[in-house]
Amino acid sequence: MVTTSAGPMSPESTAAAVRVRGVTKRFGSGETATLALRGVDLDVAHGELLMLVGPSGCGKTTLVSIVAGTLEPTAGSVRVLGHDLVAMSGSRKTRFRRDEVGFVFQSFNLLPALTAAENAAVPLLIAGWRRSAAVARAAEVLERLGLGERLTNLPSELSGGQQQRVAIARALVHAPRLLVCDEPTSALDAENGRITMELIGAVAVQPDRAVIVVTHDARIYSFADRIAEMEDGRIVAVTRGSGAGEGRP
Amino acid sequence: MLWVAWKMLTGNRVKYLGIVFGVMFAALLIAQQAGVFCGLMLLTISQIRDTAGPGMWVMDRTVQYVDDIKPLADTELFRVKAVPGVDWAVRFYKGIVRSRLEEGHFEQMILLGIDDATLVGGPTRLLMGSLADLRTPDAVIMDDAGYRRIWPGEPFRLGRTFEVNDHRAVLVGITRASRTFQSFPIVYTRYSQAVVFAPRERKVLSFVLAEPAPGVAAEEVCRRIEAATGLQALTQEQFIRKTIGYYLAKSGIPLNFGITVFLGFLVGTAIAGQTFYLFTVENIRQYGALKAMGAGNGTILAMVLSQALQVGLVGYGVGVGLAALFGLCTRGLVRLAFHMPWQVPAITAVAVLVIVLVASLLSIRRVLFVDPAIVFRG
Ligand SMILES: Nc1ncnc2c1ncn2[C@@H]1O[C@H](COP(=O)(O)OP(=O)(O)OP(=O)(O)O)[C@@H](O)[C@H]1O
Ligand SMILES: [Mg+2]
Repeated sequence: MVTTSAGPMSPESTAAAVRVRGVTKRFGSGETATLALRGVDLDVAHGELLMLVGPSGCGKTTLVSIVAGTLEPTAGSVRVLGHDLVAMSGSRKTRFRRDEVGFVFQSFNLLPALTAAENAAVPLLIAGWRRSAAVARAAEVLERLGLGERLTNLPSELSGGQQQRVAIARALVHAPRLLVCDEPTSALDAENGRITMELIGAVAVQPDRAVIVVTHDARIYSFADRIAEMEDGRIVAVTRGSGAGEGRP
Repeated sequence: MLWVAWKMLTGNRVKYLGIVFGVMFAALLIAQQAGVFCGLMLLTISQIRDTAGPGMWVMDRTVQYVDDIKPLADTELFRVKAVPGVDWAVRFYKGIVRSRLEEGHFEQMILLGIDDATLVGGPTRLLMGSLADLRTPDAVIMDDAGYRRIWPGEPFRLGRTFEVNDHRAVLVGITRASRTFQSFPIVYTRYSQAVVFAPRERKVLSFVLAEPAPGVAAEEVCRRIEAATGLQALTQEQFIRKTIGYYLAKSGIPLNFGITVFLGFLVGTAIAGQTFYLFTVENIRQYGALKAMGAGNGTILAMVLSQALQVGLVGYGVGVGLAALFGLCTRGLVRLAFHMPWQVPAITAVAVLVIVLVASLLSIRRVLFVDPAIVFRG
């Protein structure tokens, strides 16, 4: 049952990093049930930055949560980087997230007691790295993101834009093949939002990595290779992004 | 990840101290009350410990503790002496007598009568006078706390007299003695003198104190004495255990202290549990983010448990330390009993471990069930 108006979207869909087919998601049951996704098909290619846009409540967060492996779909199939997420057990999914996915959250979700470098090192620590090695690697990534001067500052000592850069460093430090960003710029002013997206475009987008950015923010549409528009639990249109993608090799 | 957990824990000083305080409070209360309890138990056996020299105590079969005096016939001494393996044996009187002071008022005293010839079982920590002076007529040696109790504020002075059951007693020495449960003055005298002081009774011998011959185990000689005489014979260690066992089983002391300790345990668990749970709830998004980023439940569990154990260790250290400090500070006070054998910190450690584990249960439940998807929610 394919109810979206947009079909498989990527020409090289067999090699797609993300391949979502007929996904529905129901929250609750009976009278109070909400159908957050009503049959979504979506492909994201390697090396692509896909933006997911649409009005509040249309299901963007629900969809990326399913793709990132933090939420189970009610029906449909989800293949990410060769893994069948629907068939995956809980602990294998945890390992999948640890090894393959980088997260950037709207509210940063940095640990307030850790320094910038320590925060950025968390995915490596989860993967079992030694503290010193992990923090050293995190410091390298922070330097590339222009935060070399702020390595030992606590999140409370950083601006919102700087905190989001720490979060991006954290999302990239373990070189995941899928990067999921939910509203990465909506807590930031226009200037910091632009800087953040430029960094994501410049550092995060790699030939072997798929990037999904959920956003409301029309000012950053230009950074997308493609834009998938959602409405009421469906993808209603997919358009080419207005530029940045063309500029990349 | 464990150091991350510790940083999370100690990052908020106020919260951290709040959690530690709950555990510390419980540890302090448990250790302090257990210490007072042990101190009281020590009081009950102080006279067994103070009676230096003999390895064995022989008494009536039905005696249950050291103050439970069932007089023996004087002839029992010779029957004990006749048991093979007994090196020597002497008589020992212990009883409570009423005395009348120069000033005319009455005092209860603990009277101890020691062997006339050898003075075995006599005081060993004399402050004034000498043990040999007991050999003079009507002579007694009193403990310093008793002296201060009946003649408060007066300097130690030998030669003072008072009456014991209408017989004159002359003070010839002052000694240190361990405090007793009743905290009456303790008065030492010769056995023959004690018989004069004591109320008229058909039998007056309280205990036979005996020493095993060199190379023979006291336990073995005790068995032989029991078999030969039908009396009860205990090593000093056995008599101490029996006396403490009696108070544990038959007095309300363990119950009263048990209730206090239990309340400390409950309150500590409640405070620590609540503050720790609030701390976890406050950090629930952080845990959610860690789970989203691929931290498994095992990792999260280890983090929470290590936080709980850290809090437990610090709270335990401070609490037991304060309890020990309390014991040190009150050591000079006559009215307070405090004793901290290794069992007290050990029991407190177990209690604290249980407290932090129980306290972290709710938190563990919470973090294990947190849905990593929450981190995407504003
Ligand atoms: N855990 C949940 N339980 C119940 N309903 C939920 C839950 N999560 C999402 N929903 C519902 O699912 C629908 C889609 O929510 P979702 O968060 O995916 O929207 P969104 O497009 O991300 O919105 P926004 O732009 O405001 O973040 C909404 O109607 C929402 O109320
Ligand atoms: Mg959303």
